[in-house]
Amino acid sequence: MSGILIIGCGTPGRGDDAAGIAVARRLRERGIAASEHSGDGADLLEAWSGADTVFLVDAVSSGAAAGTVTEWDARTAPVAGSPAGTHAFGVAEAVGLARVLGRLPASLTIIGIEAASFAHGAPLTPEVERAVESVSERLILVYEEYSGKGRRP
Amino acid sequence: MTSRTIKVDYLARVEGEGALQVKLRGNRVEDVRLKIFEPPRMFEGFLRGRRYTEAPDITARICGICPVAYQMSAVHAMERILGIAIHPQVRALRRLFYCGEWIESHVLHIYMLHAPDFLGYPDAIKMAADHKDAVERALRLKRIGNRLVALLGGREIHPVSACVGGFHRVPAKAELRALEDDLKWALDAAIATAKLVAGFEFPDFEQDYEFASLSHPGEYPFNEGRFVTSDGIDIDVSEFEDNFIEQHVKHSNALQAQKRRGGSYLVGPLARYNLNFGKLPGVARQVALECGIEPPCRNQFRSIVVRAVETIFACDEALRIIAEYERPPEPFASAPVRPGAGHAITEAPRGSLYHRYEIDAAGLIKSARIVPPTSQNQKRAEEDLWALIPGIISKPQHEITHICEQAVRNYDPCISCATHFLKLNVSGPGA
Repeated sequence: MSGILIIGCGTPGRGDDAAGIAVARRLRERGIAASEHSGDGADLLEAWSGADTVFLVDAVSSGAAAGTVTEWDARTAPVAGSPAGTHAFGVAEAVGLARVLGRLPASLTIIGIEAASFAHGAPLTPEVERAVESVSERLILVYEEYSGKGRRP
Repeated sequence: MTSRTIKVDYLARVEGEGALQVKLRGNRVEDVRLKIFEPPRMFEGFLRGRRYTEAPDITARICGICPVAYQMSAVHAMERILGIAIHPQVRALRRLFYCGEWIESHVLHIYMLHAPDFLGYPDAIKMAADHKDAVERALRLKRIGNRLVALLGGREIHPVSACVGGFHRVPAKAELRALEDDLKWALDAAIATAKLVAGFEFPDFEQDYEFASLSHPGEYPFNEGRFVTSDGIDIDVSEFEDNFIEQHVKHSNALQAQKRRGGSYLVGPLARYNLNFGKLPGVARQVALECGIEPPCRNQFRSIVVRAVETIFACDEALRIIAEYERPPEPFASAPVRPGAGHAITEAPRGSLYHRYEIDAAGLIKSARIVPPTSQNQKRAEEDLWALIPGIISKPQHEITHICEQAVRNYDPCISCATHFLKLNVSGPGA
């Protein structure tokens, strides 16, 4: 596998924790092969292995307003805490470990969608729903630009 | 006399959310509380009124690390109610499914969560800088466990293929054979893991545990057997609640289990190993003895070695099952619905997981009871701390705190199952 990879992380059925999954599903509806991932850190390294440009979308909890979208370049900015929530070994750990092991993709952008609720069985909150739409639209453009230009290293 | 409190507000490297508080008065331990403060999960309530077929998928959501265990206990309990006998190859596939979960869960705990304690690193990332090969080995091993779970369960996390009577889909022989080379590598990697962790330094901490696990006449237990303890309890799984009781303790959102006749007991790798050593395949027994853990091993700090031995077993067992596999004619067996109550215990990576269901004539769940391994071990984990602290009380506070956290991680507590986080607090004069 080479080229661009879009990964949506999260847990369906746990309210806004499903934000990343919802983005992946929207992209697939548009024919873009986005993958869903639980956010298990040890497996993320495998998930992005071979890809050179990776976008990872996950719900975050930073205290910002619900639906706030934040982007990090994970190659340069440290990812503090675990955006995945309470997993013992989540997205932040995966980035840290990949850095140590030399297994970071050439480009790794993490897109965080601020969550409001992680309740069991709850749907996405309206603010997060809107953020899912805007992040999906942005990633469709990124994907089209990437594929259209056939940009391969 | 000075009092001090050892507090860990957020216990790291455990699954879920919890805290540890230890109160000391002079050189005496006054109180130990392992707190589990994620709000109780109302799964037993959600299940009421749902169809019996939904229990495996609903309960699998309780835990991202051991969903296979939840599915297995749920399907076996329902099959007991309906009198369904599963095909021997379906039975074998369920063991294989469990092998995958044990490999992924044990490897995560050994390398990412527990090894940093023994090697003196705050976390696996710092450890990886100096132990790249070991961490790469761990990632590849865990991946192989995930592939097994994904092949049988349809996906790695929260698998969806297990159902009452079997699986929605069973793999073709060639699909399983495709995993053989990786599993042969995994077997060697698991042996190397056991030898690596056996070289760690272990505190001299032997306890008189009452070990408890399933026991099967011919197999190292996964899905079937009587529930036995080292002190003579030997019961059908339907008698579990006659012998063990869950009690609410004020400081925890999870219920704590104990024996009805009083006292704690221990479930999980160390208990399984001591009670079932003879059922392990030769390779696992031999490596275990080379690693210096002749049973009975009564030191929970050495449970990291036992997890590695169980990983050897899981790889070896997976290879055996795949070599003997013939695709069953039907993926699942079924039977007409009838009302009744059914019980099951299966061996989750962290220990025995009990489910009991009652269903009505329409197949709707009237009541459900789930007793996860972490709630069974919580009392015993607190007792370990009561016993451990007097021997380390003269050490600096940060060392006491570290050893206490390590002792809790011996249990690989899955607080997400017991209710989700673990936090330790050290405060008081000088803290």
